[in-house]
Amino acid sequence: MTLTLSDLPSVMPLDVNPVPWARAQMAFTLAFHIVLVPLGVSWAAMTLIANYRAIKRKDVDALRMAQRWSKYMAVTFAVGAVTGTVLSFEFGLLWPQFMGKWGEAFGIPFAFEGLFFFIEAVFISIYIFGWRRLKPWAHFWTGVPIPMAGILGSASVVAANAWMNSPQGVTLDASGNITEVDPVGVILNEAMPLMATHMIIAAYLVGGFLIASVYAAGMLRGRMDRYHRLGFIISFTVAAVATPVQMGVGDGLARWVYTNQPTKFAAIELVPQTGSDEPEILLGRLSSSGQVEGGIAVPGLASWLSDPSTGRGTVIQGLDSFPADERPTISQVNVVHLCWDIMVGLGTLLFLFSLWYWASWIFRRDMPRSRWFLRGAVIGGPLAVVSMEAGWTLSEVGRQPWIVYNQMKVADAATTNTGVWLTFIAVTLLYAALGTTLILVLRGMSRRGRERDRFEDTDTPYGPPAPAGGSEVRTR
Amino acid sequence: MSTAAAVLLMVAVTFYAIFGGADFGAGFWDLTAGSPERGRRPREVIEHSIGPVWEANHVWLIFVFVVLWTCFPEAYASIMLTLFVPLTLAAFGIVLRGASFAFRKAVTQVRDQRIFGGTFAISSVLVPYCFGAVAGAIASGRVPSGGRAGDPWSSWVNPTSIVVGVLAVCVVAYVSAVLLTWDAGRLSDEEMVAYFRVRAVVVAVVAGVVAMAGVLVLRSDARYVFDGLTTRALPLVVLSVLAGVGAFLLLRGRPRRGARVAALVASGALVLAWGVAQWDYLLPETLTVSQAAAPAGTISAVLVVGVLAALLIAPAFAYLYTLHQKSLLPDEGVDEGQQPPSRSARGAQRNS
Repeated sequence: MTLTLSDLPSVMPLDVNPVPWARAQMAFTLAFHIVLVPLGVSWAAMTLIANYRAIKRKDVDALRMAQRWSKYMAVTFAVGAVTGTVLSFEFGLLWPQFMGKWGEAFGIPFAFEGLFFFIEAVFISIYIFGWRRLKPWAHFWTGVPIPMAGILGSASVVAANAWMNSPQGVTLDASGNITEVDPVGVILNEAMPLMATHMIIAAYLVGGFLIASVYAAGMLRGRMDRYHRLGFIISFTVAAVATPVQMGVGDGLARWVYTNQPTKFAAIELVPQTGSDEPEILLGRLSSSGQVEGGIAVPGLASWLSDPSTGRGTVIQGLDSFPADERPTISQVNVVHLCWDIMVGLGTLLFLFSLWYWASWIFRRDMPRSRWFLRGAVIGGPLAVVSMEAGWTLSEVGRQPWIVYNQMKVADAATTNTGVWLTFIAVTLLYAALGTTLILVLRGMSRRGRERDRFEDTDTPYGPPAPAGGSEVRTR
Repeated sequence: MSTAAAVLLMVAVTFYAIFGGADFGAGFWDLTAGSPERGRRPREVIEHSIGPVWEANHVWLIFVFVVLWTCFPEAYASIMLTLFVPLTLAAFGIVLRGASFAFRKAVTQVRDQRIFGGTFAISSVLVPYCFGAVAGAIASGRVPSGGRAGDPWSSWVNPTSIVVGVLAVCVVAYVSAVLLTWDAGRLSDEEMVAYFRVRAVVVAVVAGVVAMAGVLVLRSDARYVFDGLTTRALPLVVLSVLAGVGAFLLLRGRPRRGARVAALVASGALVLAWGVAQWDYLLPETLTVSQAAAPAGTISAVLVVGVLAALLIAPAFAYLYTLHQKSLLPDEGVDEGQQPPSRSARGAQRNS
């Protein structure tokens, strides 16, 4: 028997429903990318803080810090650029029907994102080149566009995601196809301002806690020098400023969801039936019959938080006021509620931690010296990442079953290619290797940085080439 | 309006082919440079010549996607559905290449550098082949309109796709060999000038043979594009050939700067010729540009971004290249690592 290429799919076990695999792959690659984003957005700002201090106070430690951070930042940015490029493939490879129908609106923010991304890449390169080629202040100013482009770029991406929650700026004909697009309306959709602010502040919060945890670990191992102290103070201060702001923004966003996405809000607050005086339920879950099980109920708090002006009398729409196929399933509701608990719980913990830090500065004019504080700071970074991932998961799962809220369902948007399970496995393995290598490489760079104690701009992506004959010789 | 979007799309495709292509080509020569010992010097020239932001050249690809999915969403859906396999392979290649790029310079052990270098080189060949195959699939009308999927395999495993894929690898290798010859000349490395010059000639001959074969294949397999190439796109084809030959003439003796430009023109004109040849179809003979176009609001937003990009990115790039050429600031006689305590931050910045 001879086989042709078109027989291949029937020979291999490729005939698998692509929808769950497409969702899994998108979720996994985004979950990976979203960890790199904070570093790309906020690390540049922290590097500039160190750089500013280095010039202003003639601080050699701060200078060394800025130089090293700029190199680590370039590595994480390069990996983030790759995982971001993959996402632009995946929009089409996994969600062709979604892009085919809504691309003319949803795609617009990405045009701006591409622009900001390129500006960021060029200026990272200029900044790294500039260490040894520009005068200090001129060099400092070439770094300023990096965090600005990072902020605008993430605002653009979040604008696209916000549009999926709040699809505005489009005119539809009777059969639901787009006839006209108002680009400004698409970008500045109602969900965008709060969602973008929430994400950008999260970038500073997570980036700050993550970097601080590295320096806290160093200090616990006895590296109590000025350099480690400085690295900790810069990063932790950024995080400790971002955390209280984030709680305010998050509160505003939750109220926006209450008003505009009642299905998501009902899932967040675990409200099966419409009613007033709804309790805030910590932990707990919906049983298969749709009743709340377990958890600690704080009477009336969910209603009160939703709209303090009407207090405990505020009515929250329950899941039962929507048809079953237009709201999240029970297991999705449980995921959303659990993620909400994790996000808010860890956020509160980090907030208390920030208070400890501020109190110490106010009363003792120094950062806390307790080893328990440092131990907490070590886990603060991972906790902040978990909190951010939980927040993003609740936003995405809470929108289910919709990919475009009230317009298109996820199941109708996915590719018909049945081989997605294979690409999912390949992507998972590849990203696992990528993540491991990233951490190993950063650790290696940090170790060499400690041993070498001088700055080289040639061993960095986006940096200048090594002088001919240099790189290979140095390695022997 | 839709024409402007199509022009923008073609500009982005061309820039990706030129700048991204030169990057991929450098990877090709890295792959073929042989063992670490034998390939050391060519690899040094490659290392020296690659542009500072080179992996960021994928931004052109992202622009291509963005313009496609905003301005021509239906065609985008069809392409991504039909060509799932080669595009997935290309995405994997880009991840591997980008990751190797990020890590290769940051690791110091020769063994690690070889792993990243090898991954980098292999994916440098895989990705242009896949994109060539995708272009061949589109040109030969194997992508249906209407956001539907064509055949997942024969759409890109067919004579046109194979020949265009091979041609893409040859062209990026050729362009890169010319750039590397010039760079070796700038480093006054006569041996490497000869090394890359020979390779440029060989790969150009191969590209010429593949192109001739390609003409025959297109004639039977992609008639619309063949007719376009022999009529309205003919000037561009001629320009591409002339520039390709011209680059050689400029490489004789001491390599001249014009050789770089000529090589870039050669590859750019070829890509533009494809675009002009299949005008005014986006997906030949099923979907025209104007049929596929999104509403005016979308297209104007994308055009605004195109103008902004030209205004903001071009000067930033120019600045980066002047920095690239600029020599290091003087060291003020302080040895690295032995810093006098009273040194000012400004001195520290210069010296460190």
